[in-house]
Amino acid sequence: MEEQQTPYRVLIGKPGLDGHDRGAKFIARALRDEGFEVIYTGIRRTAAEIAATAIQEDVDAVGLSSLSGAHLRLFPEVIRELQTRGGEDIPVLGGGVIPDEDIQQLLEAGLSAIFTSGTPAAAIIRSFTEACRKHCDGTNM
Amino acid sequence: MLLCPSTSKTTPFKWIGIVTTDKNTDDWQENELAASLDRFPERRKEFTLHGGTEVQRLALPETIDDDYLERLGFPGRYPFTRGVQPTMYRGRFWTMRQYAGFSTAAESNRRYRYLLEQGTTGLSVAFDLPTQIGYDSDDPMALGEVGKVGVAIDTLADMETLFRDIPLDKISTSMTINSPAIVLLAMYIVVAEKQGVSCQQLRGTIQNDVLKEYVARGTYIFPPKPSLRLITDIFQWCNPNLPLFNTISISGYHIREAGSTAAQEVAFTLANGITYVQTALDAGLEIDQFAQRLAFFFNASSNLLEEVAKFRAARRLWARIMKNRFDAQNPASMMMRFHTQTAGNTLAAQQIDNNIVRVTLQALAAVLGGTQSLHTNSRDEALSLPTEASVRTALRTQQIIAHESGVADTIDPFAGSYYIEQLTDIIELAATELIAKIEGAGGVVACIEDGFIQRQIEEAAYEYQKEIESGERVIVGVNSLQIEDEEKPELLRMESKVEEEQVTRLQRVRAERDEDEVQSRLAIIKLAAESESNLMEPILDAIRAYGSLGEICSVLREVFGEYRD
Amino acid sequence: MAPTCSKLLAGVRRQDPRAIGRAISAVENNSESAADILSALDQEAIDGVLVLGITGPPGAGKSTLTSSMIRALRKEKNRVGIIAIDPSSPISGGAILGDRIRMMEHALDPDVVLRSMATRGRLGGLCASAGAAVRIMAAAGCQIIIIETVGVGQSEMDIVRLADITLMVLAPGFGDDIQAMKAGLLEVADLLIINKSDLPGAEALCMEMEQIFRDKQEKDGILRVVQTIAAQHQGIDQLLATLNALAFHLKSTGIQEERRHKALNAETLDWIFEILRPHFIKAMNTKPERKEPRIRAQELIHEFTTTEHPE
Repeated sequence: MEEQQTPYRVLIGKPGLDGHDRGAKFIARALRDEGFEVIYTGIRRTAAEIAATAIQEDVDAVGLSSLSGAHLRLFPEVIRELQTRGGEDIPVLGGGVIPDEDIQQLLEAGLSAIFTSGTPAAAIIRSFTEACRKHCDGTNM
Repeated sequence: MLLCPSTSKTTPFKWIGIVTTDKNTDDWQENELAASLDRFPERRKEFTLHGGTEVQRLALPETIDDDYLERLGFPGRYPFTRGVQPTMYRGRFWTMRQYAGFSTAAESNRRYRYLLEQGTTGLSVAFDLPTQIGYDSDDPMALGEVGKVGVAIDTLADMETLFRDIPLDKISTSMTINSPAIVLLAMYIVVAEKQGVSCQQLRGTIQNDVLKEYVARGTYIFPPKPSLRLITDIFQWCNPNLPLFNTISISGYHIREAGSTAAQEVAFTLANGITYVQTALDAGLEIDQFAQRLAFFFNASSNLLEEVAKFRAARRLWARIMKNRFDAQNPASMMMRFHTQTAGNTLAAQQIDNNIVRVTLQALAAVLGGTQSLHTNSRDEALSLPTEASVRTALRTQQIIAHESGVADTIDPFAGSYYIEQLTDIIELAATELIAKIEGAGGVVACIEDGFIQRQIEEAAYEYQKEIESGERVIVGVNSLQIEDEEKPELLRMESKVEEEQVTRLQRVRAERDEDEVQSRLAIIKLAAESESNLMEPILDAIRAYGSLGEICSVLREVFGEYRD
Repeated sequence: MAPTCSKLLAGVRRQDPRAIGRAISAVENNSESAADILSALDQEAIDGVLVLGITGPPGAGKSTLTSSMIRALRKEKNRVGIIAIDPSSPISGGAILGDRIRMMEHALDPDVVLRSMATRGRLGGLCASAGAAVRIMAAAGCQIIIIETVGVGQSEMDIVRLADITLMVLAPGFGDDIQAMKAGLLEVADLLIINKSDLPGAEALCMEMEQIFRDKQEKDGILRVVQTIAAQHQGIDQLLATLNALAFHLKSTGIQEERRHKALNAETLDWIFEILRPHFIKAMNTKPERKEPRIRAQELIHEFTTTEHPE
């Protein structure tokens, strides 16, 4: 028998107005199947709503999805909102229809990882696991 | 002459031309076929294979028995399994309608005129998300989304620009707009007015299908009840005023994109259709008055045979529902006419030229399934909005199928295939059962609110994706047959100033219009919304005064409330 | 007490969302600081809080109803806490916590403290962590705390024990579920809510339920069946008025006190399991044996009670 491990908590959210949630829902379920507790906040949320929820729920990582091309505005906005609420330590990962030249820009804006169409689920889960582990190590009381 | 001579006495099928003893065939030829040929002559005097062999209009089984008539029948005749027109593509090809629109109205206008020059035969407008959700471009909710997935439209001024130098009496326009459809339709009508084109001449389609937004696409604004009222207001007003316009396009496309199966796509779409019909009947409309203006919109995915069967099953099932359940009398009320778009979710971001092949298979399925119009996706759409060159290839794909493949020269060529007919039956049966289940649980609206439909789709999507992740389902170039160091394709880059420019334009319109006029017309909309009276005229008036989409929608939000998932 | 812990407690008192969230995680994960946090909470605030338990079958509209109640309670300037519970997957241990979706309208309201929790498949342990979360929220100024849980399986029974008042939400069209629940949960429900009461079948369901609750209702004269259409915010005022009457009744008759006493006992028992579990898991792992489990359990307990433990 293994010692019970505390599950990682993550938030999966869709900032902006894009309603295509097939990818976000798949990732939420795939993370659930890997033992994560996933707070799913649904479509059409503002950056502020996502950040406030992440803080309340004390998550170890935030995953964002946008397929409408608004990622350059919205992903960094979530990071800013997290900062103003004292959640600057919470890593933010993003995915969607994101052209190569935007990826570097998003990483520079503080995103921990960017996934695009065709990134295998296993790789996405690995990134979340890593981000959560790092976050937990950094904030252990 | 209607009849074509047979070329071979040993053929297992009887061709039209030798079935002279069958009274049903005679009857169809003398009525539907003759009338159709009279109005729309076929594209060619005779259709032949290379070498001169005659291509038959319609292949039929040896004997036309009751079972055949019940399940397949003749094209243009109930139950419409073989198609809704008696000559199908021998008369005229499907409408090649490419969905397009991005950034500003001026930019989109240029793209539309390009498409028309290239031989596209109908326009299809893509609006950006703020427009689809009823926000002006300067609304805080619009942040980052202006002009991204379509064109930003705030006021009549934008709509005038969008259709500049495009004669609205000559083309048909499809608009992918749902929750605020009434507002965008009003703008279109006023632009036509200004071009001197009367409502009676306007042809086109508004999507106007809100129910699927709650389960699949997400651009809802109001709760289901007032949304259905808006739809009924549109039906009511358009019936006398806009007789050639399809007032709704009941859409399975997005349900399929969200991950449903083919049978679920048919079931959920037709269940929504039933709901719209019932709502209109409850509001006092007559079935044969509005049913002919209902259009459908389906997805064409990559499993060619399944998709062909799906289209045929959907057409037959809808005909049966309209006839048996709603007691429609006019055959036109029972005809399912539909637009098809190839499946966006199947496009890969890797080795993107492979997407051209996928789109070809999907487009072929749509044509073999008897679609009335078709959008073919472009190779680069998994990465960004398409470039002009890739849009051209997508359009050429349709043109090659039309002119070179030969599949358009005979009607419903897969009919009689054991596999296709069985699969058609299976899909119809599965969809019928699912519709019954929804109705047993209180109908579509109750099933949306309780999440039943969403869960079904989610489950199917999850299973499918897991098969891809495990490699059980091979997606060429994605989870198998990959290549390294792929060359980066040239992509369309959007002007980043679009949002700024659009906001400036909106503010200029606001500064130049008669503000008191706008406010008083908005107040009239509010009164109409609070009462039961039709909203179309008050909205037309507000549009003429350059009231904005966001202003009108926020009045409606105040009265109707907002839906939240 | 560790300095981070006292900082956290100060944050909870200051009603800082980050501190509240972290404090709840600390007790939920039974981390080292859990005891320090819980022992330092304001007892008066805890005594003054009203805890509502909401349960019912999936699809009855619990989250929408909760959201609608929050709206009404906020109008009255109450600070509200919500604990939304979803089941953990028994296979992976993970969970999708999606109740918040229907409550997002309150996401930016600083006086709505919302926390999603997974059952984590623990024997009763849910009761321990949810109970602790209730007290942390109370200490953070919440006056009314709603615990929402799906009415399937063991977890809702745990929650019922924590609540001062238990609300059961039903909707027309869930015939089988309702039959299954009648025997058990209807008995513990103080108040029955027929949601989606505009749907066909609502009247019949309402009459059936009134029949079942007639005895309770006649005894104290308080309405026990309330109809709502939560999606349209209808019937919520009536519901709150009834809740007020019920709360007063339970308090004045001493029933509430008795329930809280029982709840604390139940929670204590849960904590015993929570605290001991790691010890025994460790003991079993260090000394793997194939033995009749009950005998082995007795031996392990004996061994545990006769050796010294730090802490």
